[in-house]
Amino acid sequence: MKKELIELRINGRTHELAVQPNALLLDVLRQDLNLTGSKRGCDDSSCGACTVQVDGVPMLACTMLAASYQGCEITTVEGISDGGGLAALQKAYGDFGGSQCGYCTPGFMMTVRWLLANNPNPTDSEIREALSSNLCRCTGYTQMYQAIRAVIDAESKERLTEVAEATRE
Amino acid sequence: MSEFSVVGKSIAMVDAAGKTTGAGKYADDFSVPGMLVGKILHSPYPHALIKRIDTSRARALEGVVAVVTGDDAPNPYGILPVGHDETALAVGKVRYVGDNVACVAAVSEDIAEQALELIDVDYEPLPAYFDPEQSMRAERNLIHENRPNNIEKDYHHVFGDPEAGFADADYVAEARYIANEVTHAAMEPHCTLASFEIDPHAGTQGRLTVWSSTQVPYYLQHKLSLVLELPMSQIRVIKPLVGGGFGGKSEIIPLEIIAAVAARAAKAPVKITYTREEVFWAHRGRPRTIVDLKTGVKNDGRITAVACKVIQDGGAYCSYGVVTILYSGALLGALYDIPNIRYDGYRVLTNKPACGAMRGHGTVNVRFAFESQMDEIAAKLGLDPAEMRRVNLLNPPTVTVNGLRVLSYGLPECVSQVIARSGWRVRRGTLPKGRGLGMACSHYVSGAANSIIRSDMPHSTVNIKIDRDGGVVVYTGAAEIGQGSDTMTAQVVAEVLGCSLARVKVVAADTDLTPIDLGSYSSRVTFMAGNAAMRAAEDVKKNIVSGAARRMNCAPEDVVMAGDRVRKRGAESALVEVPEGEAASGHVDGQILRGSVLQSRKEQVAEDHMSFEEAVVGAIDFHGGLTGTGSYAPPVEARGGKHKGAGVGPSPAYSYSAQVAEVSVDEETGVLTVHKIWAAHDCGRALNPVAVEGQVIGSVWMGLGQALQEEMIWKDGLVMNPGLLEYRSPSSVESPEVECIIVESIDPEGPFGAKEAGEGSLAATIPAISNAIYDAVEVRLREAPFTPERVLAALRAKRGAKKIEMTEGVDPTEPASFREHGGALWYRGKGPERHAEDPARAGGSK
Repeated sequence: MKKELIELRINGRTHELAVQPNALLLDVLRQDLNLTGSKRGCDDSSCGACTVQVDGVPMLACTMLAASYQGCEITTVEGISDGGGLAALQKAYGDFGGSQCGYCTPGFMMTVRWLLANNPNPTDSEIREALSSNLCRCTGYTQMYQAIRAVIDAESKERLTEVAEATRE
Repeated sequence: MSEFSVVGKSIAMVDAAGKTTGAGKYADDFSVPGMLVGKILHSPYPHALIKRIDTSRARALEGVVAVVTGDDAPNPYGILPVGHDETALAVGKVRYVGDNVACVAAVSEDIAEQALELIDVDYEPLPAYFDPEQSMRAERNLIHENRPNNIEKDYHHVFGDPEAGFADADYVAEARYIANEVTHAAMEPHCTLASFEIDPHAGTQGRLTVWSSTQVPYYLQHKLSLVLELPMSQIRVIKPLVGGGFGGKSEIIPLEIIAAVAARAAKAPVKITYTREEVFWAHRGRPRTIVDLKTGVKNDGRITAVACKVIQDGGAYCSYGVVTILYSGALLGALYDIPNIRYDGYRVLTNKPACGAMRGHGTVNVRFAFESQMDEIAAKLGLDPAEMRRVNLLNPPTVTVNGLRVLSYGLPECVSQVIARSGWRVRRGTLPKGRGLGMACSHYVSGAANSIIRSDMPHSTVNIKIDRDGGVVVYTGAAEIGQGSDTMTAQVVAEVLGCSLARVKVVAADTDLTPIDLGSYSSRVTFMAGNAAMRAAEDVKKNIVSGAARRMNCAPEDVVMAGDRVRKRGAESALVEVPEGEAASGHVDGQILRGSVLQSRKEQVAEDHMSFEEAVVGAIDFHGGLTGTGSYAPPVEARGGKHKGAGVGPSPAYSYSAQVAEVSVDEETGVLTVHKIWAAHDCGRALNPVAVEGQVIGSVWMGLGQALQEEMIWKDGLVMNPGLLEYRSPSSVESPEVECIIVESIDPEGPFGAKEAGEGSLAATIPAISNAIYDAVEVRLREAPFTPERVLAALRAKRGAKKIEMTEGVDPTEPASFREHGGALWYRGKGPERHAEDPARAGGSK
């Protein structure tokens, strides 16, 4: 199959790429751009290890045609660190044991990031439901919930302090 | 204040940032210039002779560089010395659907896949065996010619006097239990990248480097050497991050050898990554196990004798089979005090993917039977199941009737803890209808006391190098697979040297750099590599201390290394007084490399303390270098008895677990809900509590999967659910809260008293759940997993209703609708019905 020239916007940068029309986004990320953070755990969008965000929405790169996502803002796990340091969620996953072998972790980062962006104070069952799009085989999920809860608590505390400071001023 | 500064604290894994940012590299994340893609042709037949393979059409395809078959590497290998029955690619015969026939190395995945279609293979099908009890009766068309009746191995052990024990019993229970086949389903599919260098002197193919997703880099190096006929010194195995193992990467998986064979033929680097379906074919999971168990007890619950017959459906190759069947018998001991044991174990070959080692290797299915039967006996005799366990406790230190030495024994405390936390005494029997509590216990080895290849070599060795920069580099062959082995190593070394964790860098599992370690299996790393790391650190510490003693003009015994400082005993103030710029960063105004720290310090009089760097530089100046080494081999007393098969089961220490599960059963649908599991685990000392909790919760959760829904489903030797959705490990919504209670028995021989944490809890979960089902609805589930079909069938049987055959008349290969067979639909190219709103439907697609 002949390659076509496409333009993908990934983590805030534009890349011009020659890809086959049937090239999967995951393969383009991993093989053409060496962004190997997104993982392949299955071949049929069952496991979520390849989750990326397209215009802020988590999607499974293993079953997306790269050429169809021109003009979209694609974010991979490589694009979510906080100015070269760990984002709060990444730090919490480390501290609370939310990541063991780590193979599913990039996918979870993208899913949880979406959850917290859209629902800053989710209930336990909302967290469980959101996470059910991704599989983990190590943790039994318990320590992930602890990590996510810690991030939420820290952020709401921060918000309260901000509000308190604002009212004082 | 704790007596330790690094050990015993919950810390993030040393490699956590690489995992959460995606920067960490797994095998499939590596590429090398000129790399080809390897794809394997698998057998469509469960048992057939290969009459002819013609690869000429495939070779002729543009972009194909090499095609290899069994003849390219016919040397047999296997993980056990007694089970060398595999070849890289089939030689003359295939033994399961998915067996490896040929491999194509091509410039792209597309071309490699096209080439597979162009390989012509003539098969002559043979009768195949799928049921172990039928397979054991076979006399002709054997799976391996040198294994009569398709029995890989059978053992018949008698310890004590079982007949007398049963005669002495007040009550004898007897039943058959079945646990169906499960697989690891680690998130990372296996991957191997193999690359040869050109020998600069001979000008021909020289050293081989292999990056592979493995738990056992040194066994891989050994088997590659055997198959490729290369000296081990010419092979370098590098284990990058591994995306989960659970035993599925604890032996040599076909692609690891095939990649090297293909790279040799292609004269170029070759990478092979399994598809998820191939991972299911590679398998090596927990075999379907049929357990016929008989237990004799006195009226107070004391066990007088146990007789256990185990048949394991081992699949087409030996793999770890001989060890599995031995563990199943040996680990009847060391949990409770059982005076008389009879064990008959049969490891049987069938035409299915080989089973091997999986978390809780060998003990899990027998433990399900044993703990269920204990519960049945307790119900029969009107005893509290918890009390029944208490009257059968061991009295350590002791050696069990089958030769297992038990020193630390936290089981009594585990039982007390789960009783208290779960409200066992108050809540049991008072829960609403359909809801119940169940208890079970389990244990596991902290490393096998005897290595697979019997020898006197140490099981683990660790080297340490400290240089003038104050950095501590630890070289260990132990394989980090997500369980935290690198972190454990760093913690142990930092604790012994009294330095900050930030100084310690762990270099692991690279056969060129790191000293030999047997690998990550049988929960051996914390105990064995941990002890080796401790000894290596003590070795290097000796030299730092002697140098510092000279400088501070005191006896070596009076030198204390703590808080990243070195001081004379009594000079406590030095602990807090860290001069500016000499903190943990290791930076002392760039002076260390010029060796001038000592000079600049000479003018200072107070010689009762110094920074870690100063002590290191002083010691290097004095000794000419600073290295240490330590190794560990289990003590002779812990290596077991003398009977045939006594080598498997003995361990320097055992972990213990007690669990209570709370479940409810919907009597209309048979659906089982697990609400909560309390798991108390005795891990000796918890070196990193958050990691211990992660291991225990993960084990319990994996047991939960096997109890609820995980099961490999077979049709004529074809696995019908080879996908992560279809295999159905529990998702986040199906996973209950697990409360982990750490019990620290402090083992006399473990590093800082530590034992294993990663496997021992799995086995108790399945019977805890089945016992809870009994408590809830008074039916006894003797076949795992406890799917709604099985629960419903048991409920109907209890009230004498007619048995419903739900799959009667349904052919899984010809499904009439999506509902019938879920995951198997891609077989013969059939796809699931489209959702009403699926855009593809509008186009008239069927």
